[in-house]
Amino acid sequence: MAFDTATLQRHGITPDEYARIVELVGRDPNLLELGLFSVMWSEHCSYKSSRVHLKTLPTEGARVVQGPGENAGAVDIGDGLAAVFKIESHNHPSFIEPYQGAATGVGGIIRDIFTMGARPIALLDSLRFGPVEQAANQRIVRGVVAGIGGYGNSIGIPTIGGEVMFDEAYSGNPLVNVFCLGLARHDAIVKGQASGIGNPVYYVGAKTGRDGIHGATMASAEFDDKSAEKRPAVQVGDPFMEKLLLEACLEVMKTDACVGVQDMGAAGLTCATSETGSRGGVGVEIDVQHVPQRETGMTPYEIMLSESQERMLLIVKKGREAEVEAIFEKWDLHAVRIGEVTADSMLRIRDHGTLVAEVPNRALTDEGPVYRRPFHPPADLAERQRMPQVDAAALPTASDALLRLLASPGIASKRWIYRQFDYMVRTNTIVMAGLGAAVVRVKGTSRALAMSLDGNGRYCQLDPRQGARLAVAESARNVACAGAQPIGATNCLNFGNPERPEIMWQFAEAVAGIGEACRALDTPITGGNVSLYNETEGRAILPTPVIGVVGVVEDAAGVRTRVFPEAGLDIVLLGENLGELGGSEYLKTILGAIAGQPPVLDLARERALQQFLVAETIVGAVRSAHDCSDGGFAVALVECCCDGGGIGADVVVPQAASDGGINREVATLFGESATRVIISVHPDATEGLLARAEAAGVAAARIGRTGGSQIRITINGQTPIDCRVAEAEARWATGFSQWMETQG
Amino acid sequence: MKFAVVVFPGSNCDHDAYHAAKHVFGQECEFVWHKDTSLGGADVVILPGGFSYGDYLRTGAIARFSPIMTAVREFAEAGKPVIGICNGFQILMECGLLPGAMLRNRDVQFHCEHVNIRVEQTDTPFTRRAATGQVLRVPIAHGEGNFYAAPEVIAALEDQRRVIFRYVTPHGEVVDAANPNGSVHNIAGICNEGRNVVGLMPHPERAVELVTGSADGRVMFESVIQNGF
Repeated sequence: MAFDTATLQRHGITPDEYARIVELVGRDPNLLELGLFSVMWSEHCSYKSSRVHLKTLPTEGARVVQGPGENAGAVDIGDGLAAVFKIESHNHPSFIEPYQGAATGVGGIIRDIFTMGARPIALLDSLRFGPVEQAANQRIVRGVVAGIGGYGNSIGIPTIGGEVMFDEAYSGNPLVNVFCLGLARHDAIVKGQASGIGNPVYYVGAKTGRDGIHGATMASAEFDDKSAEKRPAVQVGDPFMEKLLLEACLEVMKTDACVGVQDMGAAGLTCATSETGSRGGVGVEIDVQHVPQRETGMTPYEIMLSESQERMLLIVKKGREAEVEAIFEKWDLHAVRIGEVTADSMLRIRDHGTLVAEVPNRALTDEGPVYRRPFHPPADLAERQRMPQVDAAALPTASDALLRLLASPGIASKRWIYRQFDYMVRTNTIVMAGLGAAVVRVKGTSRALAMSLDGNGRYCQLDPRQGARLAVAESARNVACAGAQPIGATNCLNFGNPERPEIMWQFAEAVAGIGEACRALDTPITGGNVSLYNETEGRAILPTPVIGVVGVVEDAAGVRTRVFPEAGLDIVLLGENLGELGGSEYLKTILGAIAGQPPVLDLARERALQQFLVAETIVGAVRSAHDCSDGGFAVALVECCCDGGGIGADVVVPQAASDGGINREVATLFGESATRVIISVHPDATEGLLARAEAAGVAAARIGRTGGSQIRITINGQTPIDCRVAEAEARWATGFSQWMETQG
Repeated sequence: MKFAVVVFPGSNCDHDAYHAAKHVFGQECEFVWHKDTSLGGADVVILPGGFSYGDYLRTGAIARFSPIMTAVREFAEAGKPVIGICNGFQILMECGLLPGAMLRNRDVQFHCEHVNIRVEQTDTPFTRRAATGQVLRVPIAHGEGNFYAAPEVIAALEDQRRVIFRYVTPHGEVVDAANPNGSVHNIAGICNEGRNVVGLMPHPERAVELVTGSADGRVMFESVIQNGF
């Protein structure tokens, strides 16, 4: 072997993987070639542990224009337009350097979208932090939020929604998952493929520096107390450069002078050259001396492995070079020819003409190791799924519990966060941040697109398959609440170390659950991202699959939010309350436990409910819609009253079907049964709606009226909840922000 | 009327201004690239919001050197209507067409939200159709909108009735709680001595269609379209 064990370890290459490299290359690789394999075969780039499971996901459907395998997925939204979207994680860098980690996460996903020839029009974020009561976590929240805003605001793409949850398990491992959606005409979608022997390969954008070297490898390892020393592996973002790149690339792609485009994200130039080559079945040859460099004395190894941001690779038609160069010059960017497409499927790297690396493209991109890692459920699963013993006498009153839940940072208003994001730029946002699924109109059509990110680590900790199914259902339900038909999905799978069988079990179960739910709800997965090794000192995060569902509304005027729009409307509850408290916010916030079994989910009922909601919104019967999730019915009802100018609600609800392991009142108010939505309906429309619900097999009941300044919930003749809207809203409005505003 | 929307590298509200002028109000509208030297016969010039040159060095500090700014200055000096919105306002201050400077918001955070501004003066091309004291609900989206000028400059602005908009409560009261960024005297927008150049931090172009949350910004477009010079 040409390398010692320490060198291989530093490259994250096992002895078996090394043997495979030798076999594929036909000799011992040199150090540069070892570096290429190191990044391309890292978990982050190769999906070596996850690939066998991801293959089982549904990726096809009538509307799918582009499934997994390209820079982003795309679904048809009518009129020859496609919604191009994807979600990606930037977890590891965001822990090491919150501002730049989050900022470059935003930059990376935006590049994935415009690389496809799509104009990015919306960003969403799914975030997980340790308890915000702790100063160390506040610092991370502050940095991540500032980083997302700093990048998104500057580049001028609105950050219109997302979700945030808190748990001790994320203290050493925050999650930053960023979603971007863009619009493109079907016939204008550009792929990341090289083709045309002799076509020049261009590099454009920021210069290459030593930042981010081995970033992909870092993202494929656990953290320990030395992680801070890895700071040089976090890249630094420049949103202004990316804005220029975005505009210039879209302008270039409007011509037909360019055959393929690929951004340089994880694994930088190595990934961009080998992937475009292998997708196109051709070779790529470059000379690193032509690569613009920010620092002197950079070696070919450093140039190839750098993850400097805001760089693109373009394959240009031979003879059209001047045209492309002129467009970039207009934007003060210099497109540099660094090589060309060759016929022999090799990635060939030269340095001032001297051959320094030569490996088959496919060896890097497609022939990496694939692991069927062993998995089994954790030994304490049955124990986790047992509800805790509860001393009934020690429980707070229902009213007290409600106020505490409203003030819990996971449920409370996230205005402190989204106020720092420009959620209106481009004037497409028609549902403002914080009011439900995010909705943007599609100018030039009557349509709008709704999108939502959802995931619940507590449910997944207790039953990853069920938790993942519930995440898909909730995301699609949120989109349906806006009045949109769910049409496609993307996923970001955040887990611990896959080499541990119980973590691998979580992963396998979650992917199986996503597949089941996406099939049933007809929301194919068009792409996504896997983030493993989210562990610090051997402690893993809660398993956190995050699902992003995109839906289309034919008539943007019909879009609805969660807020009761006026007094005097009927309040109708769709769905049934089984009184399930396992994994609930109540259990966590009031009793400090993550235990029990998550709610059941009947996918056929879920689909029927969502179809009903969309149909009723189209006919105008629904005035507002909000699903019951964290905190159950009582919290959802309060949320319908928040941001609504103080309009109250007076409802009488039937008792839950069970006591949820605590008691009937708690189960009725705070149980988290899935497939439930609170809607408001004009009284003249209620009867018709209820009749149609019955015909559609959707449980629906008129439970009360909007109006007054109190929120009143009556169960069995008792009224355990009777509070002023203003008081409830004040708790909800400050529950999270109080922690962020008290510190400097 | 013909509108010109100047595009600097890093402008990002250029499309919003264009959409408002062209599609919402049906006016002629052209993007003018910052390297151009002519405004192409425009009747109104909009310097849009965004992050020209990434806001590097200082907001608006580099854009003022763009070739087009010579034409913008001549246009302004000829008494024709120029409006700078957000970053455009910052550019107008950097190039000296308007006085003052922007500090970071007093809580050092970016703010994106709807605020209320009161129309203080109606003798500018952008407020003629508004009523004095009218409260407009319009969005802001900035990190550096904390208007500052030396006390004597503020005094002159007030004396010469050149404060055009102030941050207020929904009922029109000038109080500190209604001030989103710490601006002196709650100032949200001002004009030049000739009253034809107006700069403001809020975004009227984002408030011209109810579907996006407010249509209160329409009055500013209607003013310049129906009473244009």
